[in-house]
Amino acid sequence: MTTTALAALVPLLPFLGAAAGLLLGRTAPGFVRPLAVLPPLASLVLAALVAVRQGGGQAVDAHTELTPTGSVPIELALHIDGFAALVAILVAFVATCVQIYSTGYLRDDPRYPSYAALVSLFTSAMLLVVYSGDLIVLLVGWEVMGICSYFLVGHYWETPEARAASLKAFLVTKLGDVPFLIGLFALATDAGSFRVTRVLGAVASGDLHHPTLIALLLLAGVAGKSAQFPLHTWLPDAMAGPTPVSALIHAATMVAAGVYFIARLLPVFEASSAAMVVLAVMAAVTMTGSGLAALAQDDIKRVLAYSTIGQLGYMTGALAVGDRGAAVFHLLSHGAFKALLFLAAGVIIHAAGTNSLAAMSRMRGLRDRVPDAYWTMTVALLALAAIPPFSGFFSKESVLGAAEHVVTGSTDHAPGAAGWIVLVAGLFTALLTAAYATRLWLLAFRGRGAEAPDHGRQPLTMTVVLWVLAVPSLAFGGLAYRSLPGWFDGRDLTPTLLTSILSTGLALVGGLLAYGAWQRTSALSARVPAAPAPSFEWERLQGEAAAHPEGDASLVEAHALAGHGPAYRDLVRTADPGRLLLGPLYRPAAAGFHLDAVYAALFVRPVQAAASLVRFLDSAVVDTYVRGAAALPRLLGAAVRRAQTGNVQTYVSALLAGTVVLAVAVVLVAAGA
Amino acid sequence: MRLASSLNPAAAQHGFLSPTGVEIAFLLVGLVTFGAALVTVTTRQLVHAALWLVVALGGLAVEYLLLTAEFIAWVQVLIYVGSVVVLLLFGLMLTKAPIGRSPDADSGNRWAALTVAVAAAVALVWVVVDAFRATWIDLDGPPAGTTRVTGESLFRHWVLPFEALSVLLLAALVGAIVLSRKATADADASGPTAGPTAGAAAGPGATSGPKATADTPVARPGEKEGAR
Amino acid sequence: MHLAYPAVLSALLFCTGLYGVLARRNAILVLMSVELMLNAVNLNLVAFDVWLSRAAQETLHSGQALTLFTIAIAAAEIGIGLAIVLAVYRNRGTSDIDKLRDTAEGPETGGPDSSEAEKAEATA
Repeated sequence: MTTTALAALVPLLPFLGAAAGLLLGRTAPGFVRPLAVLPPLASLVLAALVAVRQGGGQAVDAHTELTPTGSVPIELALHIDGFAALVAILVAFVATCVQIYSTGYLRDDPRYPSYAALVSLFTSAMLLVVYSGDLIVLLVGWEVMGICSYFLVGHYWETPEARAASLKAFLVTKLGDVPFLIGLFALATDAGSFRVTRVLGAVASGDLHHPTLIALLLLAGVAGKSAQFPLHTWLPDAMAGPTPVSALIHAATMVAAGVYFIARLLPVFEASSAAMVVLAVMAAVTMTGSGLAALAQDDIKRVLAYSTIGQLGYMTGALAVGDRGAAVFHLLSHGAFKALLFLAAGVIIHAAGTNSLAAMSRMRGLRDRVPDAYWTMTVALLALAAIPPFSGFFSKESVLGAAEHVVTGSTDHAPGAAGWIVLVAGLFTALLTAAYATRLWLLAFRGRGAEAPDHGRQPLTMTVVLWVLAVPSLAFGGLAYRSLPGWFDGRDLTPTLLTSILSTGLALVGGLLAYGAWQRTSALSARVPAAPAPSFEWERLQGEAAAHPEGDASLVEAHALAGHGPAYRDLVRTADPGRLLLGPLYRPAAAGFHLDAVYAALFVRPVQAAASLVRFLDSAVVDTYVRGAAALPRLLGAAVRRAQTGNVQTYVSALLAGTVVLAVAVVLVAAGA
Repeated sequence: MRLASSLNPAAAQHGFLSPTGVEIAFLLVGLVTFGAALVTVTTRQLVHAALWLVVALGGLAVEYLLLTAEFIAWVQVLIYVGSVVVLLLFGLMLTKAPIGRSPDADSGNRWAALTVAVAAAVALVWVVVDAFRATWIDLDGPPAGTTRVTGESLFRHWVLPFEALSVLLLAALVGAIVLSRKATADADASGPTAGPTAGAAAGPGATSGPKATADTPVARPGEKEGAR
Repeated sequence: MHLAYPAVLSALLFCTGLYGVLARRNAILVLMSVELMLNAVNLNLVAFDVWLSRAAQETLHSGQALTLFTIAIAAAEIGIGLAIVLAVYRNRGTSDIDKLRDTAEGPETGGPDSSEAEKAEATA
């Protein structure tokens, strides 16, 4: 088979799997699991094959035009360069892991068939986005991902949080997609084609007339999809979905689609230095803000969500300094270790029966209950904090190194201001990242208090996947940073000495600070055990979780989701090192810097006020006119009805009177009077 | 009003003031006919109305004769005076119409009816007079409506309509029978229900006067007897 | 003879019949008035036939033929009409035209009567 045919099969297989899964889900439940796992696995093999054949050399391009579509042609096109080949492997890899993990995690869920089919459909759409060489086809995959995310976030639709979160995710990403679509049209109009290669050719020959406008419009869509400030607010709420979904969609792949898109069209953005600066500012605000917020979160998944936002900020930062190699490098390594983090968090939530860090900090021996999750999560957290031998270190250093390149002026791709912004924010975020990673680890695994409940061993499918994912988290960066430039555009990805020392030092400082704070707070809480004793609510939850020891993990998570909230407020007050570290910033950071409240005040309330005004105008003003307009016909109708006496003679009298009048009129007209 | 103003000189020119004998006879019989028709539609005695209708229809027969249409005249006498009026009288009797003056022979619509009728009459007379003020019928020569002439034209030129007319008459005959039979069947079916209500209406009508209105069929015979 | 005489007489008779149709209450009197109107038309037909049979070449005596037809149809009409009147009289107990108001509009006229009747039946 040719490489093109193989590549076409890669997104097609999960799509067929999804269709078959939806069709057979009710009638043949035995087929659901193979249909869920095998297509992504086959896609992974095929994607690897495609990558081997492509080999980082000349990009594979193929296109066919199905039908003429007006002025700017839309074609089914493949454009597989090194970025696409590697990202596709990541997507297929994570999707396969998540599908395998889900067979254990949702094994008793009645909606598992539709869940698996949607995950497959999502995988297919993401692979389509990755391989597509036509912007409209890419948009199709982009939107299918959005709708899959909507359905999967709302998987536990019995809980109001999940319903609200799915709606929010959908609406916020759509808010970005509208300018994105307009930007695509503007781009295609300027370039005369939706084909990526042609667009890039047009950029190279300077045919782009409004680069800043187009770049900013596209940036809105990217910000929505990749959860960048100011459209990032949906991602923490999206954690109401099942944990494997969070791992696949909201950590490893879909949110990376925006970054991948910019990487693919980076020359378009580079054509406008204003857009690059905006990108840099966006990345910096996202990075630091999300780092602070992650430090204050109590829900383990929300911590990871904010950390995802921050790491995506690194990627956009790399793009802002014009180094897409670094961005995609970080995308790949982050995809691996963030998926691992989420999946391990799922195991921990299952074991602990809660997703609250404060509650976990009151459990002794949680790590002995889930040794696989403990070790793999430790690896992933070290990768997240960018400690040297782990993969996160190399990818993050490549980002910071690229920023340093720009600062020292050794490149003309990006404005120097962008370099400074990204470098400073990146270094500060390195500190924050290490701090919240340490806090997460300490609170989850170093708890003191009652014995953690025993739910028996975790399903093998779940733990094996963790170890599989731990391998790239550990070694991918170190092994790949030498060979990757050959796949990308040849830029060196080796860590530079200065930024390595700086960022690693900052990370160590952050970790030590968090540790110190934790020492103090745990000592404090140990000294006053009576005040924040586990409340009644917490006992109840514990009992509930313990009541389903054999129930599958998603059930436990759904319970934890429903019970999370006011019950833990007292607990959170005490043993949280983040509180000590952040000081007065703690409260706003915990609420995501009240961005949702700001949006509510800025957009939601005015719209609601306008809506009530419109309703008032409609019901009180317009309806009055309508009723008034109806009054006259009603009056006339009453008058006419009065004439309907039922007396035939009256009718005939009127008829003949009219006849006489008409006859006289006719005679007069005929006589010419 | 140009038409009306030009009416008088034209009439005078053709000797309107010197009518022939036929014209005088026609005018007199016409007056009688018109008067009888007026009485027919205004009298309060229903049977008198039928009798005055006989006078009007007979007058019309005379007018036909004066117009030399003798066959039509005899047919008129035979069919109208002989059968139609008899039928109408039967109808009056079968519906138990009161003999003598009935106060409610005219409906409340009479003033509107009068207006419409007078307006129509004015319009028609005006148009007819204005159109034919200078037209004369030549009554000399062979009569136009002898039985022979009429028969020839009827059975030479109008055979098919004539035969179709016979079918129509047959249909009307059958229809009349069906209607009256159906009416009896309906009366039989509704008899048990109609009977008690009629009796109930008659009971209080006999005892308490105000409730016995002239509308109810049962009250009418009593009224009739009172009139006698 | 002046054509205006029969024409005017016919018009006056017609309008007399018209008045009767519109003003009389008893259905049989209305039928009589219809007869008057038909006869007025007949007179017109005969008069014009006589006039035209002199003035024109071939008239086929259509006026007289039509008069005969009209008379026959009038006879049929009076038979059917009387049958209908009798049927109505048997069903309704009256042949007064202005009492037959089943086509009257709505609850203002029909409603109270029917409700009264229902009440009477309920009490009985």
